[in-house]
Amino acid sequence: MIPFNFEYYKPSSIHEAVQLFQRLDTEEKQPIYYSGGTEIISLARINILYTKAIIDIKSIPECNVLHLEKDQLVLGACLPLTEIEESNFYPLLTKTIQEIADRTARNKITIGGNICGQIFYREAILPFLISNSQVVIAGIHGIKTMPIQQVFHQHLHLKKGEFLVQMITEKADLHLPFISIKKRQQWDTGYPLITVTAAKKPSSSFIENSSNQSLTNYERIQIAFSGLNPFPYRSEEIERDLNQQHLSLEQKVDLATSHLPEPILDDFEGSAQYRKFVMKNTLQHVLSTLEVQ
Amino acid sequence: MSLSEGMKHQFYLNVNQEERSVVISPSDILLSVLREQLGLTGSKPGCYNGDCGACTIDINGTPIKSCLMLAIEAIDKNITTIEGLKDTPIQKSFVEHFAFQCGYCTPGFIMNCNALIQKHPNASDEVIEEWLESNICRCTGYKEIEEAVKSVLHSNK
Repeated sequence: MIPFNFEYYKPSSIHEAVQLFQRLDTEEKQPIYYSGGTEIISLARINILYTKAIIDIKSIPECNVLHLEKDQLVLGACLPLTEIEESNFYPLLTKTIQEIADRTARNKITIGGNICGQIFYREAILPFLISNSQVVIAGIHGIKTMPIQQVFHQHLHLKKGEFLVQMITEKADLHLPFISIKKRQQWDTGYPLITVTAAKKPSSSFIENSSNQSLTNYERIQIAFSGLNPFPYRSEEIERDLNQQHLSLEQKVDLATSHLPEPILDDFEGSAQYRKFVMKNTLQHVLSTLEVQ
Repeated sequence: MSLSEGMKHQFYLNVNQEERSVVISPSDILLSVLREQLGLTGSKPGCYNGDCGACTIDINGTPIKSCLMLAIEAIDKNITTIEGLKDTPIQKSFVEHFAFQCGYCTPGFIMNCNALIQKHPNASDEVIEEWLESNICRCTGYKEIEEAVKSVLHSNK
């Protein structure tokens, strides 16, 4: 039971939604956008979240797009996770979101809701971080498409009245060799100690030697994390460590784990020390698996 | 659509192939409306947090935890509760395989299993496990529940 009441709006266009938000905000109704609503209902029930007005964006056509175009995959923010899993256009995304909550809950949890939620883990963002996806955001000043690195730093930075409309991923990034691991304290259900997603992408760079420059092709590991800290992230520094070609696997992992951001979660799911230990082992597994692939 | 705060509004919900009148506030969750207004007490309140699956119902052929859905979201959708299932193979199979003990989780399990059978008549063991992880049985009757589901799936082959 939600212990307070609120107004409910279901706009059918982006324009209508942002106009509504502005009006309701002016009326001091603390409006919030609502997609799958699982987290909003759960937090409202225990009085952690309060609002006087909900704007349900599920009837906005752009938020329900699931389309593989010539060069891009477009996913609307209101798509339930299971619908994305069943389409399986992006296998790394499928594998990662299959580990979120449980199957029935994922029929209601949406991709936008997971990315924009308050929960620490928000694993759905990880594949988009490592594929350098584009984020489509709507606000009172219109619609903008931005690289994810510009708008996601620990959480998606939305200005007041803005909402996530779509995620766009280049087709070339959809079928790279990948690994996605969710480590829990025990069993196959529950929150993670650590979730790691990684892909191996063909890259090239100019290497200077004594006489000239030469173009060298190599495969670069791109990796993102959730569960270790109270936010999901992709770290340039850790990626640089793990891609040091002259280091052994153990040296790469040691170097990377010396650059973990703070704070590391220290709770009933696992102590900070234990999470670091699991992280180290998981990184070794990720690197050795991707090297074989 | 817009609904005012604090006011009750009359709507019709399509429940078990009947049009049922309800008077709801925007913040009413579907589980409460089904149980308290329509008297459909088969859907059980457990955790109210989407963890236990005791309140699972069917919305347009998809299992949904009714504690995580506003009643207002169910307008124009086909809602099926345990009361809407009559002599289905999975119900018979639960009886034949003693797939319940105290019975509290049973309606949620049956709704989930019924949707699984409809959507995946040739479900693999992995798919069965993935779907059934959504429900908790505190009597730990999982083995019998698994046998009941597999019995129906195998009889379809």
